[in-house]
Amino acid sequence: MSETAATTGATIELDHLTKRYPGSGEPAVDSVNMEIQAGETVIFVGPSGCGKSTTLKMINRLIEPTSGRIRINGEDVTDIDPVKLRRKVGYAIQSSGLFPHMTVAQNIALVPKMIGWRKARVSARVEEMLDLVGLDPGEFHGRYPRQLSGGQQQRVGVARALAADPPVLLMDEPFGAVDPITRDHLQDELIRLQHELHKTIVFVTHDFDEAIKLGDRIAVLRERSHIAQFDTPEAILTNPADDFVSGFVGAGAALKRLNLTRVRDVEMADVPTVTVDDPLQLIFDKLRASGTNELLLLDKRHRPYKWLRRGDLMRARGSLARAGTLVHDTVTRDATLRDALEAVLTDNAGRVAVTGRRGEYLGVVDMETLMNSVHEMLEADRLDALEHQHELEEQRSQLTRHEQEGGSGEARA
Amino acid sequence: MTPMPGAEPREPEDPAFDGTLREEDTAGQEAPASPVAARQPRRVTWQKVTVLPAVLAAVLVATWLWFEQADLDPLSENALSNGQVGKALRQHIELTVISTFFVLIIAIPLGILLTRGAFRKGAPVVMALANTGQATPAIGLLALLVIWMGIGEKAALTGIVIYAVLPVLSNTIAGLRANDPTLLEAARGIGMSPLGVLVKVELPLAVPLILAGVRTALVLNVGTATLATFGGGGGLGVLITTGITNQRMPVLMLGSILTVVLALLVDWLASLAELVLSPRGLEVRS
Repeated sequence: MSETAATTGATIELDHLTKRYPGSGEPAVDSVNMEIQAGETVIFVGPSGCGKSTTLKMINRLIEPTSGRIRINGEDVTDIDPVKLRRKVGYAIQSSGLFPHMTVAQNIALVPKMIGWRKARVSARVEEMLDLVGLDPGEFHGRYPRQLSGGQQQRVGVARALAADPPVLLMDEPFGAVDPITRDHLQDELIRLQHELHKTIVFVTHDFDEAIKLGDRIAVLRERSHIAQFDTPEAILTNPADDFVSGFVGAGAALKRLNLTRVRDVEMADVPTVTVDDPLQLIFDKLRASGTNELLLLDKRHRPYKWLRRGDLMRARGSLARAGTLVHDTVTRDATLRDALEAVLTDNAGRVAVTGRRGEYLGVVDMETLMNSVHEMLEADRLDALEHQHELEEQRSQLTRHEQEGGSGEARA
Repeated sequence: MTPMPGAEPREPEDPAFDGTLREEDTAGQEAPASPVAARQPRRVTWQKVTVLPAVLAAVLVATWLWFEQADLDPLSENALSNGQVGKALRQHIELTVISTFFVLIIAIPLGILLTRGAFRKGAPVVMALANTGQATPAIGLLALLVIWMGIGEKAALTGIVIYAVLPVLSNTIAGLRANDPTLLEAARGIGMSPLGVLVKVELPLAVPLILAGVRTALVLNVGTATLATFGGGGGLGVLITTGITNQRMPVLMLGSILTVVLALLVDWLASLAELVLSPRGLEVRS
């Protein structure tokens, strides 16, 4: 383990994982099969009591499976010492699970100390982790958890889970107990972290929107942890496998789909532009020549400044300073289509300028372009999902065939 | 009968019957002088350190002054001369310290054991037993022990220990059980061994309740130790019984006053220990 190169994710394989509590007929988790790729964020989502938390806790064997195997990076961990296993798997829970009698630094240092890091390395790591989760080490180092806000505690919880640089991170409704605004921030932070770290994250939530936002793939679980659908957010939104999944996706799947696409992925319209340095005559000519009624006036640094309509200049008696309406809202290329739609809907003329990194003009989206791209997108999703489903069905039938043959083979032997 | 501070019968079912609701405590909590700005306010303020000892010292001085001017008859003189008061006081402290020591090494490990997986079922049985120990009148218990073990310090000590195990045991169990299960699961989840969870998380978090139990036991022991005289164990009870049997008020008074002062002093020391030993971080609120 070198200090600089962080460990990236490991694969996780669940093989007929089952949990049966003594005294109850039905198993709590019934034969879950799942393959999670290295560096992937997988979300378990489902109604409460569906066994998603139990399934998660079986991965680090906080709950011992009744039968089935768990393999992490190909290594069977079902029978190794659970304490050793857990030191290699990060674990973050709701309301942070920080120990109130230890300072923030002591909490984060726990796992590195347990696996025998030297003191200097541990304290360097603590500072590094605090920095990573966006807390000032100097300020928060010596504080006790109860002196922190809920969101800060949750950050420390994530820092503690990642302190020993585990390849796998298990998160059990980690953002369930914080207010919506903080939750949103924490989700963004997690996305940023995952961009840097590429861990394998298994994340449990009952909030489908959170699942869409964070997941590379989502496993929608129904009772006894049966996998109703295990697929990308796009596929689940556009093509839910059954009524249970579509019920869970809830109303407005198409609207939620808008969250998954960025403005840069759709076609932008172009409007004629002029800059404030252009002579008035040129502006007049352009207005007259263009098919549309509008011009976008850019400032010296090519940032959208004013919308000019035919007649505006006449009314303002040729003064650019007085003519037109100011541009009050723009979106960036990284904005989601939902944000763009929001801006278009609130704009009085139903269009919004798209800007680049330094605020320079790139193009315009309006209702029409948005509609077109959304339609195309949904259609493409549908085709993808259909194809995908075919594949899955084929796989499944192959698997059953295989199992039947295997079973009969064993019977014969 | 004899003054027994802190020995009034208590509800054994209620784990919160410890000393936390004493007057001086609530007064102390209102006292934190330093405002929120100070990151770690001082826990031991000068009021807490000085007020009670000053009062006790005043009581002792007043008693001493009274005895200086009082003219005592030969019987009282006899009972109080030759350093007998000092000896009784020393014996009393000895009894308290030794019995408390045994109470701690019996009750705390037992409490820990009774919250571990397999032994959890034994908890009600042991608690019932400890309850009987405390429900039995102390003097009856002592008489029985003297019959069994003979007269002497040993019987007295055993009686005191049996009598005081309950508060420490029940508070240890209550303290360990009061820990948030999700926190303990988090501790296991990040890879702590069972022993690590106990030592690093469970016990530190239970310290306030355990200490409260110890404080109760200490005060209880000072009171019960006055009964040791009936088993030939000595202590301040000697003065009290001598005073009663010979109808000598000054002797009785001195024995009682010293017992009360000792009990209050021990309680004060224990309260300071609670303040110092409770883990930081539990008291702070943002």
